[in-house]
Amino acid sequence: MRIDVKKTYKLYIGGAFPRSESGRVYEINDAEGNFLANPSLASRKDLRDSVVSARNAFGGWSGATEYNRGQVLYRVAELMEGRTFQFAEEIAALEGVNFKNAKSQVEAAIDCWVWYAGWCDKIASVSGSTNSVSGPFYNFTVPESLGVVGIFAGQQSALLGLVAGLAPVLTGGNTAVVIASEKYPLPAITLSEVLATSDVPAGVVNILTGSSAELAPWLGSHMDIDGIDLSGLSKKEEAEVRLAGVENLKRIFRFNDSNSLARVQAFMENKTVWHPIGV
Amino acid sequence: MIIDGSESSLRHFLGNLPAVDQVGADSRAAMLATRSIKTASKKWAIDLAISMVDLTTLEGADTPGKVKALCTKAVRPDPMDSSVPSVGAVCVYNDMVKIARTQLDAIGGGAIHVAAVTTAFPSGRASIEVKRQDTQDAINNGATEIDMVIDRGAFLSGNLGKVFDEIVLIKSLCGDRAHLKVILETGELVTYDNVRKASYLAMLAGADFIKTSTGKIAPAATAPVVLVMLEAVRDFYQLSGRRIGVKPAGGIRNTKDAIKQLVLVNETAGPEWLKPSLFRIGASALLNDLLMQRMKMREGFYSSPNYVTLD
Repeated sequence: MRIDVKKTYKLYIGGAFPRSESGRVYEINDAEGNFLANPSLASRKDLRDSVVSARNAFGGWSGATEYNRGQVLYRVAELMEGRTFQFAEEIAALEGVNFKNAKSQVEAAIDCWVWYAGWCDKIASVSGSTNSVSGPFYNFTVPESLGVVGIFAGQQSALLGLVAGLAPVLTGGNTAVVIASEKYPLPAITLSEVLATSDVPAGVVNILTGSSAELAPWLGSHMDIDGIDLSGLSKKEEAEVRLAGVENLKRIFRFNDSNSLARVQAFMENKTVWHPIGV
Repeated sequence: MIIDGSESSLRHFLGNLPAVDQVGADSRAAMLATRSIKTASKKWAIDLAISMVDLTTLEGADTPGKVKALCTKAVRPDPMDSSVPSVGAVCVYNDMVKIARTQLDAIGGGAIHVAAVTTAFPSGRASIEVKRQDTQDAINNGATEIDMVIDRGAFLSGNLGKVFDEIVLIKSLCGDRAHLKVILETGELVTYDNVRKASYLAMLAGADFIKTSTGKIAPAATAPVVLVMLEAVRDFYQLSGRRIGVKPAGGIRNTKDAIKQLVLVNETAGPEWLKPSLFRIGASALLNDLLMQRMKMREGFYSSPNYVTLD
């Protein structure tokens, strides 16, 4: 007879796994209503700390070559593959689907991640342009990273919703503060363990578990967040966030497709360069 | 008279100081750091901390332009909010003193002190003649505060008289024209006992302020070290009737750290020390965080470094 070693579910901020600053946790149940885990209930101060570490990590991540970013992201997919079983078990317990179905969800999520990883060094060729101008100039437009992006992960599928929100933001060279699905947070916590052992630099991804409704207004009004993906929010919460986000003109989007170039482009800014010919 | 000025009496006095309870100091500092300061008290503490900042730039890459910009920020830290108090002083290298003084006077910052680091800062490895000249230059250029470093090598090898005489000499150069802050560089003193000893040595030699660190060495102003120094100034006041100031410097980067320092001051030395003439915080990045916290309290949402000036 052996006593189970139960896991303490923590936040992921700046490459470390702290408990919530508030000390709070909340209870989640499996699909049949049985107790499953006590993840941390993140407070606005955890959110603030996440934004600070995301901002600090932005220079390094956006400054890395696109080729390097692609390799780093592909490596995340490699590590996720090794955790397939754990992800699938969590999804099966939370969503009440059978293991086979859960496993195919995990595979879809990993494929989605690989799809975005491949775009890192191609997005500029597709999304950028050379422009004809009426003067002796080369004129070209290239997409550049936006900054810190807040993500409310899609709720319908715990892991795929998360990957579809996070991967395109990273592909564009941004850093992220993710609010995990409130009901289904476990795959997000496991993904944070994958990220911590991958080559993604500390602070590039920060993952908070807790109440979206509590954190949404603070994320919406935070002046150091440049964009928000609110795919996981209700319509009512969306209205609040959009209103709060006006103050510093955040780019705020909701997406439906999981594999979509629009998700990458949404959090990039186009820079147009005029370069004289013959100088 | 606590000591008669001879090395033997100094040695006798410092040798009889009680040892610091290291575990006790660590846990007391950690306990005080858990105090929660909220709303109106926090607002008051932030403004007090701003007025205590010695806004510092001590880089090899300093330029007159950078020093002038720093002075402008010292007078009016938040250009969008005139209710923010000015800082306590601007702290620069010797050759920037005149530039800082001129700039401050030109923009209405006459009340802000200019502090100069002297005596071959940060190492203190120079002849006494060089140290004298270094300090004299700074005072002639208009510095009203002198931040000198002690000779840690001499202190650690037991040559207390040399350290003492240097401080006495620099103090005599300062006279009435400048305040003397003595930098102990606690990161190099190894033990809390040494910190206590060096604090008393500096105070006996005539320091107006004792300062933790140069900012060039880690660890710098850790909470237990500041606690030991605050206890020293408190006890020295009982002995001599003179209130000596304390200046932690280095490693205090955000509002939370600054407020922890204020709690330490209040609970150790007492509320009499909660004013810029007796407590200063040597910092550069701290001021921006204080301003951002102030904005947060005013606006109700978190601010961004985009809304404070770059240093």
